Amino acid sequence: MGTGIGARVKRKEDRRFITGKGKYTDDIRMENQAYAAFVRSPHAHAKVTGIDKSAALAMEGVIDVLDGHQLTGDGIGNLICGWAISSRDGSPMNMGAWSALATEKVRYVGDAVAVVIAESQALARQAAEMVEVSYEELPAAVFADKALQPGAPQVHDNAPGNLIFDWVIGEEEATEAALAGSAHVVDIDLTNNRLSPNPMEPRAAVATYDEAEDHYTLYTTSQNPHVARLVLSAFYQVAPEHKLRVIAPDVGGGFGSKIYIYPEEITCLWASMRTQRSVKWTGDRSEAFMTDAHGRDHISNVKLGFDADHRITGLKIETIANLGAYMSLFSSVTPTYLHATLYSGQYVIPHIFGNVKAVYTNTVPVDAYRGAGRPEACYMIERAMEVAARQLGVDPAELRRKNFINEFPYQTPVILTYDAGDFGGNLDKAMKAADVAGFAARKAEAAARGKLRGMGYSCYIEACGIAPSAAVGSLGSGVGLWESAEVRVNPVGTIEILTGSHSHGQGHETTFAQIVSDRFGVPMENVSIVHGDTDKVQFGMGTYGSRSGAVGMSAIVKAMDKIEAKVKKIAAHQLEASEDDIVIEGGEVKVKGTDRKLAWHEIGLAAYTAHNLPPDMEPGLKEGAFYDPSNFTFPAGCYIAEVEVDPDTGVTEIIQFTAADDFGTIINPMIVEGQVHGGVAQGIGQALLEQVVYDEDGQLITGSYMDYAMPRADDVPFYTIEHNTTVCPSNPLGIKGCGEAGAIGAPPAVINAITDAIGTDALSMPATPQKVWMALQSTASLQAAE
Amino acid sequence: MTQVTLTVNGKSVSRDVPDTMLLSEFLREELRLTGTHVGCDTSQCGACVVHLDGRAVKSCTALAVAHSGSAVTTIEGLASGKTLHPMQEAFNEHHGLQCGFCTTGMIMTGVDMVNRYKAAGKALTPEAIRKELEGNICRCTGYHNIVKAIEDAATRMDGMAQAAE
Repeated sequence: MGTGIGARVKRKEDRRFITGKGKYTDDIRMENQAYAAFVRSPHAHAKVTGIDKSAALAMEGVIDVLDGHQLTGDGIGNLICGWAISSRDGSPMNMGAWSALATEKVRYVGDAVAVVIAESQALARQAAEMVEVSYEELPAAVFADKALQPGAPQVHDNAPGNLIFDWVIGEEEATEAALAGSAHVVDIDLTNNRLSPNPMEPRAAVATYDEAEDHYTLYTTSQNPHVARLVLSAFYQVAPEHKLRVIAPDVGGGFGSKIYIYPEEITCLWASMRTQRSVKWTGDRSEAFMTDAHGRDHISNVKLGFDADHRITGLKIETIANLGAYMSLFSSVTPTYLHATLYSGQYVIPHIFGNVKAVYTNTVPVDAYRGAGRPEACYMIERAMEVAARQLGVDPAELRRKNFINEFPYQTPVILTYDAGDFGGNLDKAMKAADVAGFAARKAEAAARGKLRGMGYSCYIEACGIAPSAAVGSLGSGVGLWESAEVRVNPVGTIEILTGSHSHGQGHETTFAQIVSDRFGVPMENVSIVHGDTDKVQFGMGTYGSRSGAVGMSAIVKAMDKIEAKVKKIAAHQLEASEDDIVIEGGEVKVKGTDRKLAWHEIGLAAYTAHNLPPDMEPGLKEGAFYDPSNFTFPAGCYIAEVEVDPDTGVTEIIQFTAADDFGTIINPMIVEGQVHGGVAQGIGQALLEQVVYDEDGQLITGSYMDYAMPRADDVPFYTIEHNTTVCPSNPLGIKGCGEAGAIGAPPAVINAITDAIGTDALSMPATPQKVWMALQSTASLQAAE
Repeated sequence: MTQVTLTVNGKSVSRDVPDTMLLSEFLREELRLTGTHVGCDTSQCGACVVHLDGRAVKSCTALAVAHSGSAVTTIEGLASGKTLHPMQEAFNEHHGLQCGFCTTGMIMTGVDMVNRYKAAGKALTPEAIRKELEGNICRCTGYHNIVKAIEDAATRMDGMAQAAE
């Protein structure tokens, strides 16, 4: 098998991981390394009235105990939110201050108030227990809807009523009128359960200050080391960019939670300067639950109108989004522009109106988690469509098909312009692969065994390839969302690709090499991918929002265009031919229609010896490019879940899960399918198992894997994956992106299947056996009463 | 401090360590065998699985001093020189890993599982593999390709056993 675009190439990076030679942040040990342990608030909301460090400082091996007053006193700035959102009245969002170490007040359980630096990790943790912090407890606002009620405890003084913003999108009056004139309106309340991302590698940081050079180096678990450096430098004032190197080595999963620059990384850098030691912090799983940004946590009402012919007339969604105690880096855009711009789903909806109220609570900050706003949108639309089909008494697949967008480009009422897709084709492929025709027989067979079998659809669409910089700038983004790449052809013809994308499981070392191998005909093993180090790669925006293919690879293609142009000039000069007649094929540079040619490595050597280059040509063969997308990309697909519910126990088994995705061009189907598997498993986790729980006082109940149910191998099935490709017209490779689709599309498919099985729509995520059983009892009692 | 002597990946090692030191910490910090990962505090995730006297154990739940005299195999000791163990080959072949963090524990659990089923003369079905993976969490792969990899490795390990005979 070849190694070009579309080939199932085995991953180049695997060898180090399967032999235990991966290099993660916690595997790094510096000379003169000390260890950090954080003193964290046990209260959800309290005033800090004093910190007594004396007992900790007296312990042998404790180097220092540092607090927030020292941190701010040294000029370390507050954490920022990178996207400005305005309320419907034009007022800016109400952002409260967030210091890496709290000074006056703590606002969630786990909020850091001090850090101990000691000679060992065990000692640092023991000493952290010896730091006596005096608190004056305050009542806590824990749940988003209650936090908005009059008299609720105030999380930040400058956000009255805990309201961060009251944001709208679309046309309110026209949508109300459309709903009022509808033959039928589905009206449902939905919650999107709060999740913890849980990459298997906990966050970690190793910070080193070099006094002689006045320079900092930070190894950290980041999806975007350049963004980390930018923010640490420009906003937190740790050091100017040229005095700060950020390295994200092997990173053990991210799913969004490693986009953000957290208090711990900032504190370790600052502490390394204060103590003149390398400072290492490795979070444990409890700290991950307590401090990694959570995801989702929406409470919504959905109204979806239909005319007498079952065509959609309008959609109105009102949502309360819980942003936690502080505004994390992308917390404001996640429930707004990454969310409500997808309200049109795959359907022609003439009028749409959305209102999102973002709320402070005394809980961990909430930000983007795999899918980031789009799972929440998809869940509402696809639940509403399924409920509509049941209420209208029509087939859910046919109701969707009747309302599909079939002509492109399609301008939705909520900003986005879909450029390409084949929604009917996705549905057809999924229905065939899921054997929908045979479902009735399978349901009857299950019934004979005393099981309730159900089938549920989800036709998702998302916006990836984030994003055109001017567009996001006009919507409030503080950064541009281009990507950069550099292609270095060495004198011996081997190639190094430097990319601003970051791989933390996505397999870039393989797929990025594939597009180079495909283009120049050089073997895969002669291509290496360099990423994750701000000293090596000039700049980059990192990996999130399924952007590494659509944006990151496009930057590589742009740089390869420049390399190809120079290679052709050199070859034309040396082979005495016209540039237009030069072709690059199979690792050779040839004059079309002749036997004159140069091997690829001969071009590399010629470029660097510079003995015989065209006049005025610079030596060397290295080109860089920045690629700024011209549109979002629109991955879409159809998922079908088939489940069996045991009516005696409420236990749901997923019998079959079928995905038919349109991701545009696929570079490596093996890797793309792996992304779908993982995304779908996270979606199944949300639908069946996962839920972050706080009690009424704001204590985190789900603080370990004993209490937070992660999907395990026997919770999920083998997945059936189909591809239905329409090429993305807005980028050179035609890629749409595949990283988040599974997590976006799976939850409504699973819940639609369970509610189909049990005969009631009164079921919320996660659909635990207890909830399913309770829902079944209510239907049983209703049936008994009839 | 107590002296701990272990045979790790075939080599005898001896260190004076605190009684509270976990086996995972001993391997990672004393021996710098960082392929054994720690992903949770509660013995749930399985990233730290090693073989202790031939049995799979979670090294984050074992005290180093309690196992002095034992033989430990870590992920670094699984391959024979440059030749990968069939389980390692199968994980690559079936794309059974993404970020790689849980992978080392998955592979060690997988080898142990296959050995136990073979010793008991039981068939290692996909359903059995899924049940056996109860103690190993992966957040990336959705388990599909891990189950395929272990299933395939069981066959490959048959070949290995026959070749050894």
